[in-house]
Amino acid sequence: MSALMTAERGATMTGRRAGGLGMIDALHAEWTKLRTVSGPGWLLFGIVALTVAVSAAAVRATSCPASMRCAVDPAKLSLAGVRFGQAVVAILAVLTLCNEYSTGMIKVTLTAMPRRLEMYAAKAIITAGVVLVAGAMAVLGSVLAGNLILPGHGFTTARGFHPVSLSYGPVLRAAGGSVLYLALIALLSLGIAALVRDSAVSIGAALAVLYLFPVMLAFVADPTWQHRLDRWTPTSAGLAIQATTGVRNLPISPWDGLGVLAIWAGAALLLGGLTLRFRDA
Amino acid sequence: MTMDTVSVPRAHAAADAGRAGFGLLLRSEWTKFRTVRGWVIGMFIAALLTVFVGLFAAGYGSRNCQNSPTGPALSGKACLPYIPYGPGGEVVTDSFNFAHQPLTGNGSLTVRVLSLSGAHPEFGANGGVPAGGPGPTMTPGLMPWSKAGIIIKQDTKQGSGYAAMMMTGSNGVRMQYDYTGDIAGLPGGVSAAHPRWLRLTRAGDTITGYDSADGAHWTKVGTVRLTGLPATVQVGMFATSPGYIQSSTSFGGSHFQGAPSQATGVFGDVTASGTPAGGTWAATAVGGGGPMTGPAGPGGQAGPGAGPGAGSGAAGFTHAGGTFTVTGSGDIAPTVPGPASSYPTATIEQALAGAFIGLIAIVVVAAMFFTAEYRRGLIRTTLAATPRRGQVLAAKAIVAAAAAFTVGLVASAVAIAIGVPLERNNGSVVLPVSALTEVRVVVGTAALLAVAAAFAVGLGAVLRRSAAAITIAVATVVLPFLLAALNILPSGPAAWLLRITPAAGLAIQQSVPRYHQVTSVYSPAGGYYPLPPFAGLAVLCCWAAAALALAYVLLRRRDA
Repeated sequence: MSALMTAERGATMTGRRAGGLGMIDALHAEWTKLRTVSGPGWLLFGIVALTVAVSAAAVRATSCPASMRCAVDPAKLSLAGVRFGQAVVAILAVLTLCNEYSTGMIKVTLTAMPRRLEMYAAKAIITAGVVLVAGAMAVLGSVLAGNLILPGHGFTTARGFHPVSLSYGPVLRAAGGSVLYLALIALLSLGIAALVRDSAVSIGAALAVLYLFPVMLAFVADPTWQHRLDRWTPTSAGLAIQATTGVRNLPISPWDGLGVLAIWAGAALLLGGLTLRFRDA
Repeated sequence: MTMDTVSVPRAHAAADAGRAGFGLLLRSEWTKFRTVRGWVIGMFIAALLTVFVGLFAAGYGSRNCQNSPTGPALSGKACLPYIPYGPGGEVVTDSFNFAHQPLTGNGSLTVRVLSLSGAHPEFGANGGVPAGGPGPTMTPGLMPWSKAGIIIKQDTKQGSGYAAMMMTGSNGVRMQYDYTGDIAGLPGGVSAAHPRWLRLTRAGDTITGYDSADGAHWTKVGTVRLTGLPATVQVGMFATSPGYIQSSTSFGGSHFQGAPSQATGVFGDVTASGTPAGGTWAATAVGGGGPMTGPAGPGGQAGPGAGPGAGSGAAGFTHAGGTFTVTGSGDIAPTVPGPASSYPTATIEQALAGAFIGLIAIVVVAAMFFTAEYRRGLIRTTLAATPRRGQVLAAKAIVAAAAAFTVGLVASAVAIAIGVPLERNNGSVVLPVSALTEVRVVVGTAALLAVAAAFAVGLGAVLRRSAAAITIAVATVVLPFLLAALNILPSGPAAWLLRITPAAGLAIQQSVPRYHQVTSVYSPAGGYYPLPPFAGLAVLCCWAAAALALAYVLLRRRDA
């Protein structure tokens, strides 16, 4: 009886001690898992390459003829690739969790780290961290493309277009906000992955969340509903951060928009976390 | 020798077994499909997304309006202006200025076109039409399809049958009839040095159009039959000019600026037969299509007519010493959806917008239908039971495609049946299509989902990993449409994406034709695809066939 209690107490104590060191260890473990397989590296490269490529293509394809007034926001145009880079971000975030389920690795992970939420938090931190780094590189490349190409296409200071340069406050907000946007998309996708567990279904669901609302916006004619969708859907609201012109006429202000996306990401993370905590692996 | 005699029946037996085997294989694959709860739920989600996203798009578009400054606020159906329908049942724009006389029985009208000129409002520096003031500042210039010429029309009501010979802004002489018909005549413009002679003759319900560069040598342009033409029709000279549209496409949205324009035709040497002796020319602004008087509204919409045959009439027509001048604004043409449309239009396929999202769910299920076998190692059991790997692939593709087809058919039929009346209730003019077109759109949408499912099965077999297969399937089927429809890419590259990627299959949903004689913005967002419907579906079929062929080769070569 007492032997058993001692054993239990011993186990709890070891658990607690492990828990004390746990978060650092968990982060270390997740980082090792991420960096030692080739998939995430390629996906991170894909985030940067796709974002910069689409941004550069959009910038190259747009010009403002001298006879026309162009309702173009140069910074937003330069950051066009973010809408596509976000798909790769979602895939990366989903796979960091779902690959463990599809390979059965999750059982090893949860045996080594029985505190599931700690493992989950470590995954979220590591994923968001690498996405922030890759996103910063992608956004810098896009801004550079806009900065170099746009003045030659009629978007000159003389015609009232601010140069796409980080020294201009709104452009800095758009660029920095886009990096945060990508990190929030990663967290939203991770939450979906924790809810769904299956990589295929998670990717489908994440891509549907990212692209369903823009499609609905394209088809809905009712201004009230357009306004609602603009304000409350994750991508439309979140991308308000990219606006540098006509900010007063936006359906939602830039930082509020990013806040709406943060609420979506937080809700998905929370639901995912609760499911992870209470469901058998 | 004995080997031969023995081998023949054996081959037969094997063939029989193979045939029976494929039926069994189909059945076993169907059992696998329907007994996985997640996949059945996935197909239901696909159907629900298709229906509800479609209904949302169709249902939440209610218009609000106020027909007069003091009148009550209206919404939905009550907002609709008078909509003329052409003899072919299509919605038409029929606004022009018409100097006419009655023509009873057979007869003809011959004129010499002396000049065709036009004007449109000048855009202000801020891109819009300057508001207020006595009237817009007009800049001279013709639209490509500004029109002036002669016309034989059933009556002066909008939408009635007609045949016309006309000079156009930059498309030479044309014979047009009943809104959709268009035959090319002499090319080039008109000037004092190069006049254009036009003639229309009526014999019963047959109208023949002629043109000539000198008034002596005549060329027949075309003969058309206008069925149900009454004994007395209206014949005369007309002028009209469609809205002026300038569009710039930038990332995330198209920017249109437009305004009505007007055209002026000057005619001489007018000879008519079959008209009352000593008859005078009366002027009618059909559909309010007279010259522009007040400040023009933005948006490129010709003002909708107040009713059939409305208008003051006297304006825009002068007659002095055998020279007739007619000035008008509007168009005589079918209505197309988009910024050039005179009415708030909707198409039936707008109710099918959700199929595009349902597609994601279907592709996910179909890809997993193959990759799940690899995940659980079931593929070894499957291939041990059916060593003919090609048959396994075929059975899976058929089962997934059939399931997707059934789900797609039910969902799109429901979405159309409920969504189209919703569109009408919201005050949109749903562009009418034939029953055959409607069937093509509904069944075609189901076929689109089915072929996409087969494509995803092929990708799943090639890649063996669901994440990769689904990513590629979504990226190739869904993203090109998004790039094009949301104006993320410029129209040229966007059109090419919709020609060569699997997303070309979405063209099967296009219900309204493109008219070369109507200038508009024919964009994927407006329902226009670069390929004809079945060609687009064929492109998707080619991709599915290619994926399945590659899957067949790899499946045979690779160890499972």
